[in-house]
Amino acid sequence: MSAVLELGEVAIRFGGVQAVGGVTCSVEGGDFVGLIGPNGAGKTTLIRMIAGLLRPDRGRIALGGVEITAEPTAARVRRGLALTHQIVRPFREMTVLDNVVLGAGLTHTSNPLRALLHINRRHESERAAQILASVGLAGTERKLAGALPLGQLKRLELARALAVDPKIVLLDEPLAGLNHTEASKQAETISEVHRRGITVVLVEHNLEEVMRVCRRLIVLNNGVVIGDGEPRVVMADPAVHDAYVGGGIVSHADA
Amino acid sequence: MSAYTISIVSIIGINVILAVSLNMISGFCGQISLGHGAFFGAGAYAAALVMVKTASVPLALLAALAAGSLLGIIVGFASLRVRSDFLAVTTIGVNFLFVGFVRKQTWLGGEMGISGIPPTGLGASGNMILNLAFACATIAFSLYLSRSWMGFAFRAVGEDEQAATTLGISAGAYKLAAFGIGTALAGLAGALYTFFTQFITVDAFDFIFSVMLMAMVVIGGIGSTWGVVAAAIGLTLLPEAIRFVNDYRLLVFGGMLVLVIRLAPGGLAALVYRLSVRVRKA
Repeated sequence: MSAVLELGEVAIRFGGVQAVGGVTCSVEGGDFVGLIGPNGAGKTTLIRMIAGLLRPDRGRIALGGVEITAEPTAARVRRGLALTHQIVRPFREMTVLDNVVLGAGLTHTSNPLRALLHINRRHESERAAQILASVGLAGTERKLAGALPLGQLKRLELARALAVDPKIVLLDEPLAGLNHTEASKQAETISEVHRRGITVVLVEHNLEEVMRVCRRLIVLNNGVVIGDGEPRVVMADPAVHDAYVGGGIVSHADA
Repeated sequence: MSAYTISIVSIIGINVILAVSLNMISGFCGQISLGHGAFFGAGAYAAALVMVKTASVPLALLAALAAGSLLGIIVGFASLRVRSDFLAVTTIGVNFLFVGFVRKQTWLGGEMGISGIPPTGLGASGNMILNLAFACATIAFSLYLSRSWMGFAFRAVGEDEQAATTLGISAGAYKLAAFGIGTALAGLAGALYTFFTQFITVDAFDFIFSVMLMAMVVIGGIGSTWGVVAAAIGLTLLPEAIRFVNDYRLLVFGGMLVLVIRLAPGGLAALVYRLSVRVRKA
């Protein structure tokens, strides 16, 4: 399989802080990568650079073999990249269905003129309803997104990311704030997404679920990669162990 | 129809186009513009110059559309750099700049404005019908726009630009489109105004007028085409019907604006909607 996503020496500095200090790695098509690390390790910053929401100071980013380092977010999304936000950002004034329909209408909204000339949404609505059902949000279509509880909003974030028909999804803490049952269900949904052939990069603090679903772990600490490989092997690495205060992670995962 | 009625209806047509076009920028796409008068003025002056030179109505209309949207797209580029409240301040600045600039230009007539503009040849009632036809076309276009994928993307950009970009929507391109379309229509209204008065001075396009247009949008219900149309008609007629309102126009409109924002943020459109829901339930 070929690399869907390649990072070469990607780095960014915020004032005096080197948030990400030269990350090089590649993600193969069909991979399920957990991107973990302690708070402030640079995980979200790295994800935001891959998505184009932050511009790296140096380094290159390629998607499907095409360099996208200078491309804006919307162009990357049209190339097959999708992301969910750590803090949910639904269009609160729109219905749940419309939130997803908008993503499913990617070909209509690719430029304003095209968008002006199209009005029919039936096909996109049907697809959006299917996606909502697949993430467990059937029955909420007509509700205003702003009225949903957090657990469902997290699912809506996922549904919106899937709506753009991505090759790779970057999920920024999709389980954060969910209770144990909800988190486990959401992780199961993400696994299902992966089984459909979509490459997944998952940033998550819930190590139990990460160890359960991911096939590969990349560990960031202070903006650099300190571990990369098969989850159990990576977690057994003393350097990774040291990065997390208190240890006990390996045994927790073994349990 | 009396000359007075014809002139009121003509003005209503122009104000409807202005308010509905401002609603496309501020209501649909969420970009607060308090300088709509400048684009209206740019269209009026462009049409006046073309009429004086060629006396061709179609050419004057085209020139006005072009002048409005050209200035609008330039300001639209500012909207890519600044956010909400700063954009409002920037557009106020554009309005003052426009007025200040025109005042000093001898080729635009300076303080005296442009007079002796040739008539369209349609007569007063012909002009009125022209205004109403363009107003209806603008309303129809606005209704279509809000149902199209463009209107859909506008709402997304207006609500959360970053979330919109992560769905593959180039927020910048849509903001430019909103400014380009809305200000082109303001330019068109400018041409109609020029045809109507055959004499223009820059005072007609000042910041106060822009605020009045925003008042129409907010009181009508920001984002609602029919609400804005109703408010544009109502707020044009009110000063004519009630002497007091005419004398204290700014005070009355300002007061209404505050009341609507405080008590009914959705404006007339939301009030009517809530009433209809209540009636259906009863």
